[in-house]
Amino acid sequence: MAKLNINGTVREVSAEADTPLLWVLREHVGLTGTKYGCGIAQCGACSVHFNGEVQRSCQIPLGQITEADKIVTIEGLSEGRSHPVQRAWAAVDVPQCGYCQSGQIMAAAALLAQNPKPADHDIDAAMTNICRCGTYQRIREAVHMAADIGTTGKRG
Amino acid sequence: MNRPVLEKNLKLSRRDFIVGSAAIANGGLALGMRVPFDAAHADTSASASQVNIWVAIKPDDTCVIRIARSEMGQGTLTGLAQLVAEELECDWSKVTTEGVTPGQNLAAKRAWGEMGTGGSRGIRTSQDYVRRGGAAARIMLMQAAANQWNVAASELTFSKGVISHAASNRSVRYGQVAAAAAQLTPPDPKSITLKDPKNWTIAGQPLKRLDTADKLDGSKIFAIDLKLPGMLCAAIKDCPVYGGKLTSFDESKVVGMPGVKKVVRVKDTAVAVVADTWWRAKKALDALPIVWDEGPNAAASSATIAEMLKDGLGASTTNGDRHNGDALKAIAEAPKKVEAVYSTPFLAHAPMEMMNCTVKLSADRADAWVPTQNLEASLAALSETSGIPLNKCEIHRHDLGGGFGRRGGTQDYVHQAVEIAKSFPDTPIKLIWSREEDQAHDFYRPISQCRLSAGLDNDGNLLGLHVRISGQSINALLNQKGIVGGRDMRQLQGYYETPGDAQLGYDVPNLLIEYVMRNSHVPVGPWRGVNTNQNAVYMECFMDEVARAAGKDALEFRRALMKNHPKHLAVLNAAAEKGDWGKPLPPGIHRGLAQFMGYGSYSAAVSEVSVSPQGKLKVHRIVLAVNCGHMVNPGQIEAQAQGSVAYGLTAALYGEMPVDKGRMTNLNFDTYEIMRLAEMPKVEVVLVPTYDFWGGVGEPTICVVTPSVMNAIYAATGKPVRSLPLKNVKLV
Ligand code: FES
Ligand code: FES
Repeated sequence: MAKLNINGTVREVSAEADTPLLWVLREHVGLTGTKYGCGIAQCGACSVHFNGEVQRSCQIPLGQITEADKIVTIEGLSEGRSHPVQRAWAAVDVPQCGYCQSGQIMAAAALLAQNPKPADHDIDAAMTNICRCGTYQRIREAVHMAADIGTTGKRG
Repeated sequence: MNRPVLEKNLKLSRRDFIVGSAAIANGGLALGMRVPFDAAHADTSASASQVNIWVAIKPDDTCVIRIARSEMGQGTLTGLAQLVAEELECDWSKVTTEGVTPGQNLAAKRAWGEMGTGGSRGIRTSQDYVRRGGAAARIMLMQAAANQWNVAASELTFSKGVISHAASNRSVRYGQVAAAAAQLTPPDPKSITLKDPKNWTIAGQPLKRLDTADKLDGSKIFAIDLKLPGMLCAAIKDCPVYGGKLTSFDESKVVGMPGVKKVVRVKDTAVAVVADTWWRAKKALDALPIVWDEGPNAAASSATIAEMLKDGLGASTTNGDRHNGDALKAIAEAPKKVEAVYSTPFLAHAPMEMMNCTVKLSADRADAWVPTQNLEASLAALSETSGIPLNKCEIHRHDLGGGFGRRGGTQDYVHQAVEIAKSFPDTPIKLIWSREEDQAHDFYRPISQCRLSAGLDNDGNLLGLHVRISGQSINALLNQKGIVGGRDMRQLQGYYETPGDAQLGYDVPNLLIEYVMRNSHVPVGPWRGVNTNQNAVYMECFMDEVARAAGKDALEFRRALMKNHPKHLAVLNAAAEKGDWGKPLPPGIHRGLAQFMGYGSYSAAVSEVSVSPQGKLKVHRIVLAVNCGHMVNPGQIEAQAQGSVAYGLTAALYGEMPVDKGRMTNLNFDTYEIMRLAEMPKVEVVLVPTYDFWGGVGEPTICVVTPSVMNAIYAATGKPVRSLPLKNVKLV
């Protein structure tokens, strides 16, 4: 039985040590907002915050996680979609199909936590998740807006 | 394969029903028909009064608008709701939507009409009857208020869900009269005069999507996320070579693995492992020794397929053409000739949510939960493979994590899931394809080669043009009846003489365009924009080659051929103007343009690129102009146009599915590369609607993206690019 600290709650999980965190979340914990897109660290649909950093959860086996590790998923990012990134995403109407957007939002939230006022080239470097619907332009706009909300509290 | 079952059944139903209602015969509006709400939706609509099949209103004035089409990100759900709400004259802030299931549609004798969502038809083929549905509901609500007050309906006015009688200073909200309205006889839909789109206030506006909230916090349940009591999960491998078969597998090697329940043969070609979780099923599948009989196609490769296509370029018989004058003679006699051979590869769809389907079979009942672009085809597939009659089957709707044409008529993954579920009665089985399986078993964008030749006079005027495409046919695999008398005109999409859908925007005095069918063993299907993609590359890139040979500007050269095509020309002019065509360029930046038509809409693009001395390409800016006639939601049209740039440019830069030893390669995103945000050019969308037709939105713009970029590269390097993807081309 492994103990995981997910979204501030310690959960007991019984799964093989090589099970990726992605599948632990989706199939053992019941948090399906974190998505499977490639399984090989390419797409970022599975992005979560792991000790405050954005990580691709398909690459973290259960056996490497301890109770001391703090995992935040899209479901635990905020109460009532109130994180500046979520507010900006809604204001800009970013999502198309939505499948990649949990990962995009987690990546953007991590970027802003480190860099509250990112320039375009910072966004280019940090936002490497795949979106097949092609929402990239609105993602860029929404990251800038989220930075404004986060630093000045306005809009959203 | 699955269509006949449904069609036969529906035809019967239709015939029966036409006796009772003339409305159905002309397009599927059945006002006043009582259709029970799906029990699953009881929460949202328990207290709602169904005014007609499109509209139900709750006492608190919430308007529940029924949506028959699929939502896969393209925004159709919001657009259709806007159209209904516009005629209903309700309060937009009180609108919610509810999906109609194919089982409901079948039980209601197809009252909601056709449910397929492809070919950019979601709005343009249903706008008329959904608007009439909204208007009819409004008329019934007004009549109910008139009855209540004992006044003539003509004395009433309405606005935002409130009906008023000025003379007596009374007003009532829709929610207060909905129950009474539901009892009334609906008006004849043909008697209804729809609003002039010029007077729209809800439709035509760039309103926010209605379906965003649960995409922001992970709470949206895609089919792949489904969890049902007692559910088991399945991972599958189909023979890597199309046409091959499953010989054997050694179940003993995996039965003891954690969670594994069973290894199941799926028809002749595939094997699936069923376990308590998908990850365990996949792990066991990866460990399962499998012997394939790869069959005769195992010898095929990209090279053998290219040879086959090349042969088609010289073939003596063709499979469809259009012509005027004598192009071959005109070119032969012309003082100046241009010739080129182009090619485009197979492409996978790679929607972010891979193929999946959950099926539960009982003795006399079949249910499936599936992301599908064709709900009725899914229902038919469920019934056909389970053997359970259509009226005992149901498809539970889930919005799609991307479609792009992959999830339409074929329903291969539904057939598989049903086949597996047969081994587990009364148990929901969730089949999920791995990304690798999704890439290896797609219906790919058809591969083709194209030889073009042109003849010019001494003044650089185009005398003759000959286009010959040798390539794979979608109809040959998926729609045989689309091939008439050996002619498969679908492959010439965008080159048609007939106006309205995908007309070529040029008049050439001597023109010959031919299609030669050459089919490989690789299955092909519609891919966002379908054949307009390749055909626009061939026509528009060659136009630039010919213009250069003529010593003319690419825009001026095209304009001279477009006098009889004012709509094509207007869009091209709009792109050129906004794209600064002919204006000075920053150092190192070069421009290219393209125009084309598909799905009833006109598109044009101007791209700006730079090519470094080392040959590294950067696309800086794309101005994309589109005329789709009426605009239901400009914000969503812009989003679709931006998305089409990402999807199209990904293909142009990286996309190819090579064939090696009969099987597809590039099975995940490490090799099937996808464009990221950093590579996304600045996209400026120019909407130039003429408000006199209904064109599509999801697909039309993609086809001009790639040729405009290729033409900009040509301008930068002086070397035409004639094959894709660009990653394989030495630009300098
Ligand atoms: S699923 Fe983890 S990066 Fe794609
Ligand atoms: S919104 Fe569909 S993949 Fe990003």
